Amino acid sequence: MLERLKEFASEFFVTGDPLIYGADVAIGITMITIVAVLTYFKKWGWLWRNWLTTVDHKKIGIMYIIASIIMLFRGGVDALMMRLQLAMPNMDFLHPEHYNQVFTTHGTIMILFMAMPFMFGLFNVIVPLQIGARDVAFPFLNALSFWLFFLGAMLFNLSFVIGGSPDAGWLSYPPLSELSHSPGVGQNFYIWGIQISGIGSLATGINFLVTIIKMRAPGMKWMKMPMFTWSVFSTCIIILFAFPILTVTLALLFLDRFAGAHFFTLDLGGNPMMYINLIWMWGHPEVYIVVLPAFGVFSEIVSTFSKKKLFGYKSMVFAMLIISFLSFFTWAHHFFTMGSGADVNAFFAVTTMLIAIPTGVKIFNWLFTMYRGRISMATPMLWTIAFIPCFIVGGMTGVMLSVAPADFQFHNSYFLIAHFHQVLIGGVAFGYFAGLYYWWPKMFGFKLEEKLGKWAFWLWNIGFYVCFMPQYAVGLMGMTRRLSTYGWDTGWWELNFVSTIGAFLMGAGFLFQVAQIADGIRKYKTLKASGDPWGGRTLEWSIPSPAPEYNFAVTPRGDDIDEWWEEKERRAKGIYPPEQPLEPIHMPKNSAIPFIMSIFWFIAGFGFVFGWLWMAILGLAGVGICMIARSFSYDTDYYIPVDEIKRTEASLRGSV
Amino acid sequence: MNKKPRSLIRIIIPVVLTLVTIALIVWPMLAGGQYVVLDPKGPIGASQRDLIVISTILCAVVIVPVLILSAVIVWRYRDKPDNKSAYEPNWAHSTKAEAIWWTIPIIIIGLLAIVTIRYTYDLEPSKPMASEKAPVTIQVSSLDWKWLFMYPEQGIATVNTLNIPADRPVKFELTADSPMNSFWIPQLGGQIYTMSGMAMTLYLQADHEGQYWGSGANFTGEHFAQMRFDVNATSEEDFDKWVNEVKQQSQPLTQEMYKTLAEPGTSNVAYYSSFPEGLFQDIVTKYVVDGQSAHSKHGEASGAKEITTQDVDKSAN
Ligand code: HEM
Ligand SMILES: [Cu+2]
Ligand SMILES: [Cu+2]
Repeated sequence: MLERLKEFASEFFVTGDPLIYGADVAIGITMITIVAVLTYFKKWGWLWRNWLTTVDHKKIGIMYIIASIIMLFRGGVDALMMRLQLAMPNMDFLHPEHYNQVFTTHGTIMILFMAMPFMFGLFNVIVPLQIGARDVAFPFLNALSFWLFFLGAMLFNLSFVIGGSPDAGWLSYPPLSELSHSPGVGQNFYIWGIQISGIGSLATGINFLVTIIKMRAPGMKWMKMPMFTWSVFSTCIIILFAFPILTVTLALLFLDRFAGAHFFTLDLGGNPMMYINLIWMWGHPEVYIVVLPAFGVFSEIVSTFSKKKLFGYKSMVFAMLIISFLSFFTWAHHFFTMGSGADVNAFFAVTTMLIAIPTGVKIFNWLFTMYRGRISMATPMLWTIAFIPCFIVGGMTGVMLSVAPADFQFHNSYFLIAHFHQVLIGGVAFGYFAGLYYWWPKMFGFKLEEKLGKWAFWLWNIGFYVCFMPQYAVGLMGMTRRLSTYGWDTGWWELNFVSTIGAFLMGAGFLFQVAQIADGIRKYKTLKASGDPWGGRTLEWSIPSPAPEYNFAVTPRGDDIDEWWEEKERRAKGIYPPEQPLEPIHMPKNSAIPFIMSIFWFIAGFGFVFGWLWMAILGLAGVGICMIARSFSYDTDYYIPVDEIKRTEASLRGSV
Repeated sequence: MNKKPRSLIRIIIPVVLTLVTIALIVWPMLAGGQYVVLDPKGPIGASQRDLIVISTILCAVVIVPVLILSAVIVWRYRDKPDNKSAYEPNWAHSTKAEAIWWTIPIIIIGLLAIVTIRYTYDLEPSKPMASEKAPVTIQVSSLDWKWLFMYPEQGIATVNTLNIPADRPVKFELTADSPMNSFWIPQLGGQIYTMSGMAMTLYLQADHEGQYWGSGANFTGEHFAQMRFDVNATSEEDFDKWVNEVKQQSQPLTQEMYKTLAEPGTSNVAYYSSFPEGLFQDIVTKYVVDGQSAHSKHGEASGAKEITTQDVDKSAN
C-alpha cells in the first residue's frame, strides 16, 4: 500500500529538479502565510463578502489586475530563466526538456493569463464609468467570467508542480501536443486551463458588447463614445468571433488525446496542418484583441496629458474597426513556408500589410494630438510617449515579416522573436502599464508617487532595447527560436549575452513597480487623490475616487466626446447643470455561485487532466447544480436608499 | 524648474543608447558572428536579401521622418511655463492633414505590395531555377532529431551533412518522418517546412564553393537544438569524387537501419553507400489511408506533391 502510494506520488508531483523543489517550498510558505495572515487579522469574512462573492465590476477589475500582475511575475521569471540559459553557449542551467516547458508556459501565461486579464481588468474598472453606467450588462456573468479565468489559470499553473508542464509551445502544434509525442498530463493542463478561462473570456466579450450597446448614458451617441470604450467595443467583436474557434480547436485536440480521435494526428487520416490553420485563425486575431485596448488607453492618455482634444476622432474609430475586420484575414502569414503556393502567399502578405495603414494613421493622430498641446510628463504619459517609437519600429519589422518571400528567411528566427516582443511589450505591456498608472487613483483613491515610477519606466525602456535589439541581429545570423542551447562556433554568444543583461534590467524595472505600489499603499493617506487628479476629460473623472459602488449618484449625460471636459468649461463660465433629485439605486446582490461554480469547473478540469472520470463527472455535476441553484434564486437585487446615497456622497465629496 | 544636470542626463541617455546600439551591430561582425542572411552565396538567397533591403528602405522612408517628427513634437510642446509654441486645445480635425496621412501609408504599402507580389511569384520555392545545368535532386527527410539526405541520382545517403555541387541548381524534395520541421540554409536561401505525408520542393543553388550550414527552424521537441548540419558546396569533380568515396567506404543503409535511425535520438554524421529503393516515397506515404493523402488541398499550387501509392510503384530509383 505504502509502496503504491509512493509510486503514485512520484508520478503525481514533479520531482527531481531542485528549481521545482524550491518552487514547492515557496508556494507552500506563501499559502501558509496567506492563511495565517487572514486568520490572524480575522479577515476571512471580509475576503468572502467583499471579494470572493462580489459582483461589483470595479472590484472584479481589481482582482483581474492583481491576478495578472502575479502572472506577469511568473512569466517574467520564466523569461529570465530562458535568458540565463541562452546567455552563454552550451549552458547547462536548463535541460532541453525543461527549457521547452519554460518557453511554453512563458508564452501561454504572458498572452492568456497576463495580457488578457490585465485587459479585462481595465475593461471592468473603466468601461461602465466611461459610459456613465452603474454596472455591466450581466454582473453575475461578469463575476463568473472572472472566476473561470482565475481557476483556469490556476489549473494551468498547477502543472508546474503537479504532473508536469506542457512543452509543445504556446500554440501546441500537433503532433508534438498529441498523445504520441506528449504522453504526460502537461498538455491536458494546457487544454483545460485555457478552455476553462476561455469560456470566461468569451462571456466577458459578450458582456461588454451588450454593456456598450445598451447601457450608455443618455445622449451618448456612438460617435460620442470615449476612445477607450470604442477600443473595447472593437476588441469584443474580435473576441466574439475568435474565441469559439479556439474552443473548438482545443476540444478537438482533447478528443484526439482523450478519446483516441484522429483529427490532427499523423496517422489514420489526421491532419496536423488543419490544427495550424485553426489555431492561427484564433491566434492572429488574438494579438489584436490584446493590442486594441492598449490603443484605446493611449488615446485617452494622449489627449488628457496634452490638454487637447483627441485628433481625428472619426479616423481613429474607423481605423480600429478596419483593424478588427482585417485581423481575420491574415492568419496564413504564420506559415508562408508551408508551400501553399504563390497565390495564397501573395494574398495573405497583402492583407497583412494592409493593417499597417490604419495603424499608421492612428500614430499620426496621436502625434497630432500632442501637436499644439501642452504635454505634461506624468508617468502614464511617459509610457505613452515611449510606446510611439517602439511601436513604430515594431510595426515596421512586422511589415517586413509580412513580405512573404522575405519571411522565408525570417520565419521562426530570433528576428521574429524580437518583432513580436517589440509589439507585445512596447504596445501591450506598456499600454496596460500606462492604463494602470492613469486609472490607479480612480481605482484606489490615491496617486502613486512618481519617483519610483520613473525609475521603473527607464529600466523597462532601456532594458527593452538592450534585450531585444540584439535579437534582430542574431536572427539575421541564423539563430532560430526555441533553441535550448547553441555552440561557440555559431558566433551568437555576444549578442545573446547582451540580450540577457537587458532582460534583467526589465526585471529590475518590474521590482521598482512593485516597490512603487507597496510604497503607495503604505503612504496612501498622504497621497489621497481627488475625483479628477489629472484634469480628465471623460465621465469617469466626474465622480469621486474611488468610485462609490453605485458609480453615479444621478445618471449623467454624454452629449459630447469629452463630456466631463466640456462640463468643466461650462462650469467655469458659470453654467451649472440643473439639480437632479436622487432616487433609490437598483443594484445586484453579491453571489457565491460564480466562485463555487468555477471551483467545480476546476475540479472537472483536474479530473479530465488526469483522466479520472469520476472526478470530472463530480465537477460537472457541481457545475450543473450551481446553474440550477442560480436559476431558482429570485432574490438577486436590492435598492440603495436615497439616505445612504446622500451619506456616501457627502463623505466621499467631503474628502475631495 | 530648469535644473541643468537633469536636462543633461536627458541628452546623455539617448546618445549613449544610440552608441551602444551601433556598437552592438558592429561588434559581432568583428567578433566572428556573421550576418548570414545578409551575406548570401546563391541566387535565391541574393534575391531574398535584395527584397529585405528594398522593403527595409521602403519602410524606413516613412518611419524615419515619423520618428524624428515624434521627437520634435514631444520636445516642442512639452509643458513648460516658458514654452512659447502655440497651444490650441480644441484643434482636433483637419481633413487635409488626415487625407495626407491616409495617403502616405496607402502609397507605401501599395508599392510594397507590388514588389512583394512580384517576388512571391519569382521566388516560389518549387519554381525550377533558370540554369543551363540540370538540377541535382536531393531528397531530405527530417527525423527526430537529425537530417537524412538521400541522393537518388547518385544512390548514396548521408545524415547531418550535405554535399552539393556548386554553381548548379539543387532540387530538394522534402518530407518528414517526425513532427513538422523546417529546412533552412540561410546563406543559400529561405526555408520551407518538411511535413510528414507530403513532399515539398525547394530549389536552391550555391554560386561559390564553400562551407555553409543549415538547421531545422521549426521546433520539434527535446533535441531540436541539435539539428544543425554542414553544407559543403564543391566543384563538380570534387562532388563526384566524394560520391565515389562514400560509395566505396561506407556501408549501405538498410530498411532495418533506417528504422533505428528514425527513432527519436540524436545522431552523428553518417554516410551510406546506398539506401533502400523508394525510401523517400515510403516515408511520404507512411500514413496514407487508402491511397488518399492527408493533405487534400493545401500545397497543390506549389511543388508540394501528394504522392499516392501509384506514384510509389512508378518511382523506382
Ligand atoms: C519581460 C520581458 C520578456 C522577456 C525577457 C522575454 C523573453 C522571451 C524568450 C527568451 C522567449 C523564448 C524565445 C525562444 O527561444 O523561442 C520568449 C518567448 C515568448 N514570449 Fe516572451 N519575454 C518577455 C515578455 C513577454 C511578454 C510581455 C509577452 C506577451 C504579452 C511575451 C510573449 C511571448 C511568447 C508568446 C513567446 C513564444 C513562446 C513560444 O515559443 O511558444 N513575452 N520570450
Ligand atoms: Cu499574425
Ligand atoms: Cu502539408
